[in-house]
Amino acid sequence: MAKQSPAPNWQDLALGCATLEAGSSKYQKTGDWRSSRPIWNFEQCVKCGVCTVYCPEGCLKMNADGYPQVDLDYCKGCAICVTECWTGCISMEEEKD
Amino acid sequence: MAVRKGIESSLAIAEAAAACNVDCIAAYPITPQTHIVEHLSELVNDGELDAEFIPVESEHSAMSCCCGTAAAGARTFTATSSQGLALMHEIMFIAANLRLPIVMTVANRALSAPINIWNDHSDVMTERDCGWLQIFAENGQEATDLVPVCHRIAEDKRVLLPIMLNFDGFIVSHVVEPIEMLDRDEIATFLPDYEPQQRLDVDYPITMGPVGMPEVYTEAKMAHEAAVQNAYGPICEILDEFGKKFGRTYKPVETYKTEDADIVFVMMGATAETCMSWVDKVRETGKKVGIVRFRLWRPLPVAAFKEAVKGKKVLGIIDRHFSPGGPGGPVAQEVKYTLYGEKDAPKVVEVVAGLGGRDIDFDTFDNIFDRCQKVLDGGTVPPFELIQARGGHYGKI
Repeated sequence: MAKQSPAPNWQDLALGCATLEAGSSKYQKTGDWRSSRPIWNFEQCVKCGVCTVYCPEGCLKMNADGYPQVDLDYCKGCAICVTECWTGCISMEEEKD
Repeated sequence: MAVRKGIESSLAIAEAAAACNVDCIAAYPITPQTHIVEHLSELVNDGELDAEFIPVESEHSAMSCCCGTAAAGARTFTATSSQGLALMHEIMFIAANLRLPIVMTVANRALSAPINIWNDHSDVMTERDCGWLQIFAENGQEATDLVPVCHRIAEDKRVLLPIMLNFDGFIVSHVVEPIEMLDRDEIATFLPDYEPQQRLDVDYPITMGPVGMPEVYTEAKMAHEAAVQNAYGPICEILDEFGKKFGRTYKPVETYKTEDADIVFVMMGATAETCMSWVDKVRETGKKVGIVRFRLWRPLPVAAFKEAVKGKKVLGIIDRHFSPGGPGGPVAQEVKYTLYGEKDAPKVVEVVAGLGGRDIDFDTFDNIFDRCQKVLDGGTVPPFELIQARGGHYGKI
């Protein structure tokens, strides 16, 4: 449904609700499905990057200091990073809002 | 110059589709529609029609394939009946909301069980809410003429919706009629080459059929409702233009001898032709009765229908499908919807007849007329009834 902020009126939809713009999925903040978020204990993290490789959403990146950083706009809280982290430095925390 | 010849309606319909120079036909054979796609496949095979004929493995695939070819910008035609239409069900809604201008002829046939290949309207009426434009022809000439009309309507930039052209299975599809055939040159003057407004193109990528979140689904449905309602004007215009060009004028709502009638029968499809002969006969005995026929079913021509039955006392509605445990037949339900709250609205006598190929003959019309006459004389309006069921309607004596 492309870049739509605020949500469109019906008159503004493209013919057949087509998406006319390439790469528009970035506008869908699918992270709002999440019921819990990953939290890193950086004292324990060895900067191996395994979590970034296994993240199915591609929303984990290494930051300037070399630690993994999560993009919460797209993280769905699947916890695969927690399962794959061999140091056990990631835990899930329930979303409160 | 158009040639008038004796031809089976199905073959005439296939010839009309070929004369519309369709680009793609994806279809699966099913009685009583088979002769249409069979003949089209012959025309493609013999080199008389330059089109892709895609013989698919089911009707679900047929409609899916039609969505694909229409999305790619091809003039797309298909045909089906009964179980085939039911198997297309989920893709029907997709074709409609993606606004793909597919033309599909439906030779109306009963749904199983019990398995029955004969004619009624249960196949199309169960697809009533799919969001397609829906039109009913009453004979082979009309069905043939409406093929180019349907392509014109579907592809009109103000419409861009799929359209279902219904006619009664066997009663129309398999009957040899004298039909005036329009050739390709004549149709080309009425139906220009198809120029899609939006299509799948690798150079200009778009996504058709993306997810519609709760934030947008309602708006998508509203846009669809507006599209179907807005199609009414162009439909009338295009039917008029066809009439002026080829001498056969078709209106969304047809009337027959209603001017002085107190009792008017309402129905769809070929039954109306049988009924016209019956009206002619009983009028000789002084019975003032006429016929109103819905040609257009979606969008429902509410204003034209109200005008057609204005001042009438009793409507006798013949449905050829009904909802078990529900409020009777679809035509009667929708007629009542158009009349509810209207001042001096006619009373509605509703019957269900002609299920699964049961003949509707003069005796049937006499029976319905008697019911209407009783109401006209001040009797109470009876509930809907399957008048041809041996043993009587359940719960009635």
